[in-house]
Amino acid sequence: MSFEPKIVGILCNWCSYAGADLAGISRKKYTPNVRVVRVMCSGRVDPTFVLKAFESGADGVLICGCHPGECHYAEGNYKAARRIPLLKKMLSQLGIEDERVRLEWVSASEGDRFASIVDEMTEQIRRLGPFSRNGGGENG
Amino acid sequence: MAKPKIALYWAASCGGCDVAVLDTNEKLLDIANIADIVFWPIALDFKYHHLEAMEDGSVDLCLFNGAIRSSEQERIARLLRAKSKVMVAFGACACFGGIPALANFTNRDEIFERAYVEAPSNANANGTFPQTLTKVSEGELELPELFDTVLTLAQVIDVEYFVPGCPPPVDIILKVVDLFATGQLPPVGAIIASDKTLCDECDRTKEEKKITKFYRPHEIIPDPKKCLLEQGIICCGPATRGGCGLRCIQANMPCRGCFGPPPGVVDQGAKLVSALASIYQGDSEAEIARMVEEVLDPAGTFYRFGLADSMLKRKRLQQPQTEGIK
Amino acid sequence: MKRITIDPITRLEGHGKIEIFLNDDGDVENAYLQIPELRGFEKFCEGRPVEEMPRIVPRICGVCPGAHHMASAKATDAVYHVDPPPAAKKLRELFYCAHVLHSHIAHFYALAAPDFVLGPTSDPAQRNILGLIAKVGLEVGGEVIKHRAYAQDIQAVIGGKATHPVCGLPGGMSKAITEEERKDFEEKAKSLVEFGKFSIKLFNDLVLANKEYLELITGDIYTMKSYYMGMVDNNNKVSFYEGDIRVVDPEGKEVAKFKPADYLDYIAEHTEPWSYLKFPFLKKVGWKGLVDGKDSGVYRVNSLARLNVSDGMATPLAQTEYERMFDTLGGKPVHATLAFHWARLIELLYAAERLLELCRDGEITSPEVRTIPTATPDEGVGVVEAPRGTLIHHYQTDEKGIVEKVNLIVATGHNYPAMNMSVKRAAQGLIKKGKVASEGLLNMVEMAFRAYDPCMACATHTLPGQMPLEIVIYNSKGEVAERLSRL
Repeated sequence: MSFEPKIVGILCNWCSYAGADLAGISRKKYTPNVRVVRVMCSGRVDPTFVLKAFESGADGVLICGCHPGECHYAEGNYKAARRIPLLKKMLSQLGIEDERVRLEWVSASEGDRFASIVDEMTEQIRRLGPFSRNGGGENG
Repeated sequence: MAKPKIALYWAASCGGCDVAVLDTNEKLLDIANIADIVFWPIALDFKYHHLEAMEDGSVDLCLFNGAIRSSEQERIARLLRAKSKVMVAFGACACFGGIPALANFTNRDEIFERAYVEAPSNANANGTFPQTLTKVSEGELELPELFDTVLTLAQVIDVEYFVPGCPPPVDIILKVVDLFATGQLPPVGAIIASDKTLCDECDRTKEEKKITKFYRPHEIIPDPKKCLLEQGIICCGPATRGGCGLRCIQANMPCRGCFGPPPGVVDQGAKLVSALASIYQGDSEAEIARMVEEVLDPAGTFYRFGLADSMLKRKRLQQPQTEGIK
Repeated sequence: MKRITIDPITRLEGHGKIEIFLNDDGDVENAYLQIPELRGFEKFCEGRPVEEMPRIVPRICGVCPGAHHMASAKATDAVYHVDPPPAAKKLRELFYCAHVLHSHIAHFYALAAPDFVLGPTSDPAQRNILGLIAKVGLEVGGEVIKHRAYAQDIQAVIGGKATHPVCGLPGGMSKAITEEERKDFEEKAKSLVEFGKFSIKLFNDLVLANKEYLELITGDIYTMKSYYMGMVDNNNKVSFYEGDIRVVDPEGKEVAKFKPADYLDYIAEHTEPWSYLKFPFLKKVGWKGLVDGKDSGVYRVNSLARLNVSDGMATPLAQTEYERMFDTLGGKPVHATLAFHWARLIELLYAAERLLELCRDGEITSPEVRTIPTATPDEGVGVVEAPRGTLIHHYQTDEKGIVEKVNLIVATGHNYPAMNMSVKRAAQGLIKKGKVASEGLLNMVEMAFRAYDPCMACATHTLPGQMPLEIVIYNSKGEVAERLSRL
């Protein structure tokens, strides 16, 4: 049985969640590997959520927000734009591959785009394999 | 009435926490008057078999410093847990892993390779490595096994109280002893320090947090009266528990987080990423890329004392399996 | 083969155990001092920005963190090819004198003095700091605590905290001192000079004036004819902070004098499978095993070694004492291991005199304590004399100053081969024909490693009137044949 990645998707209410919803309404076919969590703004995404997702068994985390300049709260997505790359640098020092955490801007009308992002990310992580924190066991 | 019994022990430790106890100076004599110290390898000659011979629960208070990274340290931690009524994780290493937990970026094989083979001063053509069991002509010699992963004390045994700091300041040490002696120890699980962040307690002038560039501590000479973060020097104050007396700040150097995360924060590193990225001024891709460049060692700086205690605990030990490649 | 285990060894910094094997005649066949721990600093510092090293490496040892901090700061200077301003170097040296003082005071009074003031075979219940105070008076205890506290306070003001200071940076110090602070330091330094003189007088009156102790010091059990290594200044005087490294042979002849950066040409490290700690030796002589003498590369560091390799002390009162020690013990070099204690007190006096000199230096309160590095970082070595011996920090970085490789040779490491041999020699001298020389053995085995005592600022109190030690002898069937304890 080939490995099915578990991806946690944290989507902002105003743009990206609506975009994901549009993909659904349009009956767009795409891989079912994302579990969606809705937040009001991508600026709400505390890096701790990403770690918690991995600790809880996720193989990847997708964060989506409004395009720069279009944030419902004006600046929230800029905070995400700075936090997530810095978080990814820290995670790479912990041996976590770049592809496992992804930040994308998805507008309410970009249903197709959301679907392709999920397809692409699922494939990348399938190739990387499962996320396991202590591959060789904790002691020894 | 018999005096209460206190034990002190050091696992993967530097001895600094024991020195901190000694830095209570003449007050230590007062402690020795109200309690019997029954085990303290740095200062007294009680051996492991003395500890084994003690009755379970006969030690009233154990101050245990150091992280757990060998089979011997784990054994003594469990032994002391059995012998002690109250167990205190004493110092940053026992509480969070401390500096020794930086070894969670690597593993035993890599450490051995560097220490016994690669280091330029080595004369080890045979590639000899330390062994847990060695046969010599006279008999056998044993060494404890070293773990790949450094653990906090609470990851090995139950711990009643936590005293953070590297080392804990003298006033907190005296407070702990006083609470114990007067029967006023707080509810189990308490961290005996401040409930605020270091930033809250820092007396430097704070204006507006708008950083346009991160500087390394040797690249500028910071104003000793203004907030270091506002001057562009990465300081872990926003996500570090207070109570240390601002020892490093007063030396004009930034905080590196030895008091651990403040109340409500489960991962110190993640919070520091969040805090610093939030206040950096830059919205364009180029500015953001530059900010990421400027933070040279996020994991080693934000988890300087707490890698073992972080959510992910360590760098992943092996490459992931690859399955289902078409 | 019968076997005696001492686990853990106590009243010194660090973890260790001793295994002694007896042959069929009941004499000591061999003894092993095993170090059961390794933390991996040389690996896990890779990836850290080099300017953070002075804040990470003090955690190698909480008793001599100041030594690691200074060696590291000097190594980062070398990595960045930057020269701190003169005031910064003086301030670093001032801090460092205070550090040596704290360490030497703690070691002598907590560990060494009782053996001599009360005697190595005196009643163990008295043979500790409490017994010492009873013999010489309560005032002494208070003075010891007070002066060690002075030394810690000075470090804390300059470095943020005495244990794990933070002030050293590539190019200088994080802050200068004020005139008010300087005045306070000067008063403390004056008092420390007096305390240094007092300590030597104590040693004179209670040890050197006693023929038996003198014989013990010069006796065979504690003699080891090794090479010696230490740092000297331009005049070949003992130097703690800056200088070249000098090596003399067992006859006192100079065989090497090198710059810190060239240490790899002179020092190599051997590995045994029964200990996590490596065994440094002189490359040009070679590793011949755990033996002493001119043909063995084993060498010693720490106080006696420093005095052996130098031509004198750089301050007047210490110089007088230096001459007196060598006159008393029959010239240089002195091989008597117990003389480390005497040499340590001479260094204590020197550190206090030097501290006072620096407090009175016109530049010491200068605000110019930083040079901002501009060169591209690559590689550097920083060496100081830790209280316990020569300390070497060697870092290699990438062009951004991120650490790529670290090599550390720590003071006690240099002495590790000699410590092994000292323990074996003491055991051989005292355990003959299977009869354990009871209490004398217990203490004299301890004295063998105590003279090298590594980083232990065990202070000046809390010894409960005894040094419990138990030795268990098993016969070849693994049954307990004899149990000797002092509990």
